[in-house]
Amino acid sequence: MRTAVVVFPGSNCDRDALHAATLAGTDAIPVWHESTDLAGADLVILPGGFAYGDYLRAGVLARFSPVMGAIRDHAVRGGLVLGICNGFQVLAEAGLVPGALTRNTSLRFEHRWVTLSVERTDTPFTRAIPAGRTLRMPIAHGEGSYVLPDADLDALEARGGVLFRYAGPEGNPNGSARDIAGVLDTGGRVCGLMPHPERAAEAILGSDDGMLLFRSLIESGARSMAAA
Amino acid sequence: MSTFRFAVSVMPREGILDPQGRAVETSLPHLDVTNVHGVRVGRRVELSVDAPDAAAARVVVERLAGELFANPLLEDWSIEALGVTQGSAASAEGAAGSAGSAAPSDSAVPSGTVGA
Repeated sequence: MRTAVVVFPGSNCDRDALHAATLAGTDAIPVWHESTDLAGADLVILPGGFAYGDYLRAGVLARFSPVMGAIRDHAVRGGLVLGICNGFQVLAEAGLVPGALTRNTSLRFEHRWVTLSVERTDTPFTRAIPAGRTLRMPIAHGEGSYVLPDADLDALEARGGVLFRYAGPEGNPNGSARDIAGVLDTGGRVCGLMPHPERAAEAILGSDDGMLLFRSLIESGARSMAAA
Repeated sequence: MSTFRFAVSVMPREGILDPQGRAVETSLPHLDVTNVHGVRVGRRVELSVDAPDAAAARVVVERLAGELFANPLLEDWSIEALGVTQGSAASAEGAAGSAGSAAPSDSAVPSGTVGA
């Protein structure tokens, strides 16, 4: 299984994502944002960082990078896409996942460990996670407050589009609507989340819960390859 | 072809929490100001468009406002025409006037309150 990690000018978690994807057993390669060739990747990761310096609005300028057309095609074909932190902001600006991320209500850059509930374990991103298991991962963002009009939130919840919620004693770190930390697109193949699974992929980092996501994705990739 | 100068104001939508506006408002008592409320903080983008007429120029600005400058989930925008330079595509600056050459220094604003 091949993983492409997109590198935008200002990405700073691309190496971590490559490391975690490699550790999980995928053939992980970086792809520069000006490329339109995803090198046959089964999974595309948009990593964390500050693409284009977060100028204008986090994620909005990256949305117009050449690679985004290829990612859109990849998603339409049923390919897997994972956006982490700034990658989630890019996916949301591009309309590949619903909603928008705006300034944390605290007005601070929040960087700390959080506890996530996993709302579904029947998705390509969570199938290796035991039901009821919570995940410990770090967050590190200034603009992670999830926004969507109430009626759209209802629709999102009704279709099972909420994948992760802040659920620990630490509470909701950024003011996200309904404690939402990660969402799925309507096809269930594109996921964006603010916490960093790649920074919680080895016990030495304080948690290896993030590896459960990568294992889920490998299982999913293996399944789709077997089906192809 | 003329050059049209525009300003696009982008503001947080009604009902969307505006933490920047709220933060500014909470600082007002430190300036001994107690009769100001409803502070909201947005963004202003100025740009010049080369186009055959004002309507054609405005179409471009409308598109940029909705697709790039503002996220409709979070923000509303309004467009203001600032001026036009007839028949010259090169001198967009002339239409906008020469504001800002003497920047006021406002030493009353504390700095370094957010130590990120």
